Amino acid sequence: MTFLKTSVAKKVAMAISGLFLVLFILLHLAINLTLIYPGKEAFDAAVEFMATNPFIQIMQPILALGFIFHIGMGIYLEWNNRSKRPVKYVNNNPGAASSLASRNMIWTGLFVFLFLIIHLLNYFVPFKTQDVPDHYALVTGLFKSPVYTLLYVMAFIALGMHLSHGFQSAFQSLGTPRQKCHKFLVCCGNVFAFLVAFGFSAIAIYFYFN
Amino acid sequence: MKLNLKIWRQAGPNAKGRMVNYKIDGVESDMSFLEMLDLLNENLIAKGEEPVAFDHDCREGICGMCSLYINGEAHGPDRLTTTCQLHMRKFKDGDTITIEPWRAKAFPVIKDLIVDRSALDRIQQAGGYISVNTSGRTVDANTIPIPKKNADMAFDAATCIGCGACVATCKNASAMLFVSAKVAQFALLPQGRVEAAKRVQDMVAAMDAEGFGSCTNTGACEVECPKGISLTNIAILNKEFLLAQAE
Repeated sequence: MTFLKTSVAKKVAMAISGLFLVLFILLHLAINLTLIYPGKEAFDAAVEFMATNPFIQIMQPILALGFIFHIGMGIYLEWNNRSKRPVKYVNNNPGAASSLASRNMIWTGLFVFLFLIIHLLNYFVPFKTQDVPDHYALVTGLFKSPVYTLLYVMAFIALGMHLSHGFQSAFQSLGTPRQKCHKFLVCCGNVFAFLVAFGFSAIAIYFYFN
Repeated sequence: MKLNLKIWRQAGPNAKGRMVNYKIDGVESDMSFLEMLDLLNENLIAKGEEPVAFDHDCREGICGMCSLYINGEAHGPDRLTTTCQLHMRKFKDGDTITIEPWRAKAFPVIKDLIVDRSALDRIQQAGGYISVNTSGRTVDANTIPIPKKNADMAFDAATCIGCGACVATCKNASAMLFVSAKVAQFALLPQGRVEAAKRVQDMVAAMDAEGFGSCTNTGACEVECPKGISLTNIAILNKEFLLAQAE
């Protein structure tokens, strides 16, 4: 238990939970892509798979726990870290030494969290509690609202920023040999962050205009 | 050149501090930053005012004693440079320069620009050494073959001067770069492997107990470090820490 109380172990826990959520995002992006190609039938089949596959049913509560843990621990660590500098600098120039994304993980994370709540209320709750006749229509219908589409795009830009730092940072926290892997992991993280931000946003914008 | 200085003045650990404006004339471009402060202090003493207290020792960039958060950056705007090796040619006539002490809960202000960095010493005492019997029968270190790459990385880690710029610049006031350099310099060498697991656990425990924040891998420490200590060391610490749990 003393291990889990250390700052290093908490970072490892953030890394593992973060990488777990990355896998979920990949799956989610793959399902969303079926909205455009191949189209309605494939999307409905994917929804059916998500609703009935036993492995997915087991993973759903684990995924929820993963989200709760990652968000809760992230907020705790940020709050705790802020207390470590009680007197702030009068003149501080953090941009000289670190990226905007790396310094604002809490804000990009919280914005995505806010969107997640809206997304759950708009889609996941009806999905679970009502007999939705047409999932394709429900999803694409949401993108007819300019406010929702804008919020959606902003949330995925925030998630892209979050991932551009978070992906490589997770491997650093897990102690991967930096000299061998760092550039490759940074590249993977940036490509993945772009694909997520662009992929989800492009689908939303496509349905807004079509 | 003429400069406007905004300097943090605080009479003692519990006194209320504030930024005070000073004007200084006659600064030469080949002066070091500390020599500029010496000039200011001579002026203050001549006027019967209290000189500005700041840390310094070797003034050659190797002791780690000087500090100062200059214009929003640890050791000022130059890279791989301690404050004592920062020269006034980096500034222009008429510039306004803000000078603040390192800010961290674990580095309380003693007076003006001097902070107490003994927390780093206590972390070092928790495990930053190897237990070698120096009775006279000690094996010469050079008789142990060490891969060149490991020797180079250990040497690079050992160039950490413990100035605390990593803590000062980190948004979380984390001491991970310092601690990781001290862990890595031994972990990479056969002499250090013997106590590697205990060392990393004890030093991380000491770091947490001193009230430093946790590392979020922003990388600011590596950029602002006057000795260019690499983030590779933090990855090594993380790996060592996880491996130590398995032992």
